[in-house]
Amino acid sequence: MPIAHILASCMGGIRTAGDLVAWMQMTKKMRLNEAKLYVADKLGIAVMDLINEDVMRPLREELGIGTSIAIPGAVKGIIAKHNIAKLLDIEINSVNLFHSKLK
Amino acid sequence: MAQPIRTRMGDGELVMMPAQEIKEDILEGSKDAAERGNIPELSTEELDKLFNIIAEPGRIVSVEPGEEVVVIDDGSVLGLISEQGDSGAGLPLSRSQAILTYERACGADTVLMPHHDFSFKPVKSIINYETQEYYTVSQMTTAPLFYGAQPNMGLYYRPDGPCENPSELLPLGKIKEARQAQLDAAAMMEDDIVDVFKELNNVGLEGINLDTCGSAGDADLMAALNACLRIKKINPDMPVVMGMSSEFVLGMHGEVEFDGKRLAGMYPHKQVEVVEKAGADIFGPAINVNTSESIPWNLSRAVTFIKAASEVSNIPVYPNVGMGVCGIPMLESSAVDCVTRASKALVQIGKADGL
Repeated sequence: MPIAHILASCMGGIRTAGDLVAWMQMTKKMRLNEAKLYVADKLGIAVMDLINEDVMRPLREELGIGTSIAIPGAVKGIIAKHNIAKLLDIEINSVNLFHSKLK
Repeated sequence: MAQPIRTRMGDGELVMMPAQEIKEDILEGSKDAAERGNIPELSTEELDKLFNIIAEPGRIVSVEPGEEVVVIDDGSVLGLISEQGDSGAGLPLSRSQAILTYERACGADTVLMPHHDFSFKPVKSIINYETQEYYTVSQMTTAPLFYGAQPNMGLYYRPDGPCENPSELLPLGKIKEARQAQLDAAAMMEDDIVDVFKELNNVGLEGINLDTCGSAGDADLMAALNACLRIKKINPDMPVVMGMSSEFVLGMHGEVEFDGKRLAGMYPHKQVEVVEKAGADIFGPAINVNTSESIPWNLSRAVTFIKAASEVSNIPVYPNVGMGVCGIPMLESSAVDCVTRASKALVQIGKADGL
């Protein structure tokens, strides 16, 4: 069931920019178009490229915001979320906890 | 004469319907929603658009490039690792492995850690295990990681819980006692949701999904709304998703209110107002499926309700699109032809922000 929805209408998660648009909707209550515009502006790309794997795959690696491809040494997980919080100018609870533990 | 069109009934039965019959069902479905909810019917243009989605010859359909929405979930990883109760595949994976599979192999926009029982009450007694696993998984995930469970007030009634059971009291005419039992259960449930939240908040919770709100009626929804208020007071930045259990708030109590509004009888375009007032960030309406009617009828009805809610909402609207809601057949093995048509119609005509 969820796979069918992902194929039919999903932005693509960390393959593209779906997680970034989701962060803006859930942290700032942004409606869809506003969230897409905000993320595209922060990434410096066109809104149509938010779902373009050809643009997002290298851009995600360059910005250190995580990729779906397993690249040895590349950024994923909590470090990627640290970079995402900074890029999108949002608060992420897990990232704040991570920061509070650094010496 | 045109070829009949392949579609399904609400129970998933495959049927071949003449185009005219499908058009009539679409019209009737929209009218039914409009009459029940006192909301506008779909326009002629929207009815035609919905017909074209249903009549598309392809086995599966999709939105057009640029129209994509955020797809979140309310326990999709259970579909990988759980059993028949969740239409699960029973894969021998841990919960954290399933979450990472859903994020990285499936490309989901967000992921969610669910408890197998998927209710807050049973989570409370094992909260240390849940916080430990949530913390561990949150170090590995990149997409937003929600924790989700159902308020599920039914678990607080005898024989499963400490409160008297309204379903036993009501047939005896004990209306006052039945109402009090619901208020007692609501107070306990609200505290449990907040207690679970507090523990998860301390280990870096990124978002919480209160799923299937109102399943035990209006007092169930009231407690979930109050819990949301308290969550936002503790951590104003905490993303909260409030998903509904059905299109209509059942008046099991009948008199409870939130923000001065009686909850019983609310349809999605009114539900979203109280959900917003409680401070939730995303609203998940659920529209019932009538298994005896066709999917064109059911989907048209769902789209009519969702469009009305989306138009008045100030927060993102993510219709529930699991089995038996919002135009998805009540069928254990999901029929991808209908699932993808519901997906497309709810986005293009219902103006959903996500699913």
